[in-house]
Amino acid sequence: MNPQLKWKFVFIGAVLLVCIYGVIGLPAFPTSPAILKDNLADRIKLGLDLKGGSHLVLQVQVEEAIRQHCDQTVDQIKKQLHEKNIGTGEIREVDDTHIEVLDVEPATSGSFRDLVSNQFTDWAMAPDPGKINGYLLTMKPSVVSDLRKSAMDQSLEVLTRRINALGLTEPTIAFTGRSDDEILIQLPGEGDPTRAKSVIQAGGQLQLTLVVGDQTYPSEIAALAANGGVLPAGTIIVPGRADNTAAGQQAQQVYYILSRAPIVTGQDLVGANPQPSTNNPGQYEVNFHLSTSAAARFGPFTEANVSHRMAIVLDNKVYTAPVINSRIEDSGVIEGQFSQDSAQDLALVLRAGALPASIKYLEERTVGPSLGADSIRQGVRASIGSMIVVMIFLVFYYRLSGVNAVVALVLNLVILVAFMAYAGAVLTLPGIAGVILTIGMGVDSNVLVFERIREELRNGKLPAPAVETGFSRAFLTIIDTHVTTIVSAVFLFLFGSGTPVQGFAITLVIGLLANVFTSIYVSRAIFDYHLSRMGRQAQLSI
Amino acid sequence: MEFFHGVNVDWMGKAKYFVSLSVILLAVGWVSIYLRVSKNPGVMYGIDFRGGTLVYVRFAGKPPIEQIRAGLQQAGLPNSSIQGISDTQNLGSQNDVVIGLEQSQGDESLDAGKQKILDVLHKTFGADSSGKPDFNSISSSALAADLTQKDPLSLGTNAGDRYTQLATQLTDARDKDHEGVVTSFDQLKGVAGVTPAVLASLSNNYSLSTFAIRDAEIVGPKVGAQLRRQAFFATLYALAGMLVYIAFRFEWVYGAAAVIAVFHDVLITLGFFSLFHYEISLTVIAALLTLVGYSMNDTIVIFDRVRENLRLMRREPFKDIVNKSINQTLSRTILTSGLTFLTVLVLFLMGGEVLRAFSFAMVVGVVVGTYSSFGIAAPIVVLWNKYHGGQGSTVRAGSAAPKRAPVAARS
Repeated sequence: MNPQLKWKFVFIGAVLLVCIYGVIGLPAFPTSPAILKDNLADRIKLGLDLKGGSHLVLQVQVEEAIRQHCDQTVDQIKKQLHEKNIGTGEIREVDDTHIEVLDVEPATSGSFRDLVSNQFTDWAMAPDPGKINGYLLTMKPSVVSDLRKSAMDQSLEVLTRRINALGLTEPTIAFTGRSDDEILIQLPGEGDPTRAKSVIQAGGQLQLTLVVGDQTYPSEIAALAANGGVLPAGTIIVPGRADNTAAGQQAQQVYYILSRAPIVTGQDLVGANPQPSTNNPGQYEVNFHLSTSAAARFGPFTEANVSHRMAIVLDNKVYTAPVINSRIEDSGVIEGQFSQDSAQDLALVLRAGALPASIKYLEERTVGPSLGADSIRQGVRASIGSMIVVMIFLVFYYRLSGVNAVVALVLNLVILVAFMAYAGAVLTLPGIAGVILTIGMGVDSNVLVFERIREELRNGKLPAPAVETGFSRAFLTIIDTHVTTIVSAVFLFLFGSGTPVQGFAITLVIGLLANVFTSIYVSRAIFDYHLSRMGRQAQLSI
Repeated sequence: MEFFHGVNVDWMGKAKYFVSLSVILLAVGWVSIYLRVSKNPGVMYGIDFRGGTLVYVRFAGKPPIEQIRAGLQQAGLPNSSIQGISDTQNLGSQNDVVIGLEQSQGDESLDAGKQKILDVLHKTFGADSSGKPDFNSISSSALAADLTQKDPLSLGTNAGDRYTQLATQLTDARDKDHEGVVTSFDQLKGVAGVTPAVLASLSNNYSLSTFAIRDAEIVGPKVGAQLRRQAFFATLYALAGMLVYIAFRFEWVYGAAAVIAVFHDVLITLGFFSLFHYEISLTVIAALLTLVGYSMNDTIVIFDRVRENLRLMRREPFKDIVNKSINQTLSRTILTSGLTFLTVLVLFLMGGEVLRAFSFAMVVGVVVGTYSSFGIAAPIVVLWNKYHGGQGSTVRAGSAAPKRAPVAARS
């Protein structure tokens, strides 16, 4: 063997070793079949469609975060105008990103404009078209996109914390990439996502606030009527559950008038835990602890409001509204007819923090483990079966050269699997489609070369030059077919993000790159080896 | 061994027959699509693209389809569809049933449809009234948590991951040995690590229904439309990418011809989908992409030969060169297509229900994709050449020749 050819084989051997090691040798060196099995399961990552599990796509209602910012701005403007004695007419939200300030007194319009441009820099101010002395504030586009982005980042963070706390195996929480307000959650092996979904969807916005008037009303109308038809300034009506419900009895819906400004919110919590209820045996409650800074507010507040009622509001619903008996420093209890599980989940949600906006489910797929296993088993069985038939045919049709093709095909698959293992790519059903195309084109590359060699032999060439010409002629064709398909796969990968099309593109690109290597470089090396061992006049087995 | 060599067929002379055949196939397929879609706009799409709910249910025996239908009617879900899966390869899945429900506007939450179907099944097939969870629907992790809490083996704090293992073995036995539905807890006696105490604990704490939910898919209508659009555009960009590359390597008319041929393949395959009542789902999109790649590959092999022969046979008419190129590559074409066809045919016959629509697209696609290379792509180039230049003029694929130099130098 000439030295150049020897180095070729050393290189091919090294590639093969690295690939095999990549598939079976990590993370622990296989010393027993059990470790080997674990390694394979660890290295070859299967998608949910093959393995079974739950796949959820949800949409964060980012407009809510923007609307909230708008709400807060209106409140702040009103407050500032009042402090600075600037007279205006109505101040209202036109939509989520526009505020209209009507009838600014001409005498104070200068200070109004100063106030807005100095203190409300998120907003662009312009005269309100068609309204004398009116101004239109528009949220700056950069602020809107920042709000959207931060709402999405925060949602992802909160959801990650919540789902990790559920203790499921290897969950995925990520942006889908197909639309900027969607989040993908994958829970492998989880056949029933009901519990995960309730934890995901819980808003988790906790507020502790004073009950104005210390009483409850049977309906919103009654609450309004009790105050002469107008809500007292700075208050809201919030529904809730009557406190005096006996165990086992369906709680009655009542309404509270609450102070708009909460004393404590979910951000002030440092811990939340479920515990058996002391008042209602058999039920559970959630106790929480406040940060020192929140405790510094909470202590004086409770002291000042002894014998008044304080509402514990979760996601705009009053859970309990106990009477404050004495000064409370840094902890409290949420009662609400919880079971052990629901108390546990609520504590989890409180610890993980609130979502900046509510979410909506767009897609839910659960693949039972048995269905996933079935599709793998059948698909793999069919693929292996057909590959064996193809290989037998190749050997039958091309004799020794066919063996050459079989070696190239097997090596192609080994490299493909190893690449996916090293890259941590996930094999999905569409990914298997990519593998099938790879195999098809792999067979084709070999056939192209062999047919070319046969043609050259028919034209009277000797084996060595025939192989030479056959490879160099087929090389161009192989490069053109492969590059074309790789180009298309790259486009599919770039534009198919978040769809299964991406899984197809990944296996295809890797497989075709491996194919160029095996069907040209490796196959050629084996031919050269044969040629170097046989005489000039000997027949090529093709 | 050799099958085909020295073939001498005038392919381009038969181009008009090929084109007529394509037109007929396209017409039949698309008339069928038109007729079906005009009755029901979403009929071509699977749940992925249409939005809606699909629940795969496996029964312990032959599924009582009439009973399910009656139950659904009673619950006011007359628009639901029921489909039994028959599969000769996997006897177990003869017990499977797919229940589909269109997305209805009034549904307050995404999974309302799934909940309704589950309610019907539980009501019709007498779910245990004790309210115990159904063993046939529980996941391995939930079972493990439950076993750890109940501790039937009295391991106390020494349990470690024993119960996790036990739960995995139990659910594996259920899913693999009993096809997903256990009808009596006694069937689990043989499972490693199962003691009478474990069995007693299971039968005390779980009920057994006669069916199990194997798979549920719920897709919101908005997502369906979005996925449809995205898959469409990704494919379009991929085709554009190929067009540009081929135009760069050959000439733009070759790129255009190849892309038209591929379009033709996809359209015909979609027609066949309609004729045989298969639905287009996301996996089918993967199959269509595969056939695009395959057909493109086939076309390029022929074009490549044309490019080569153009330099060798400077005096012959372009049409003859194309004929000769197709004949020269015929052996390869038939071998590769034959082997690929074999592969996808095996997949179609043995690959199981999940891959059925996928492999159907491949079976049709391989045949059409091979045919379109000489039946559509090559005639387009010949036709173009006839009117815009022809042999000897400046419009020659041989313009790619200089790029060949480094290859020749390799040897």
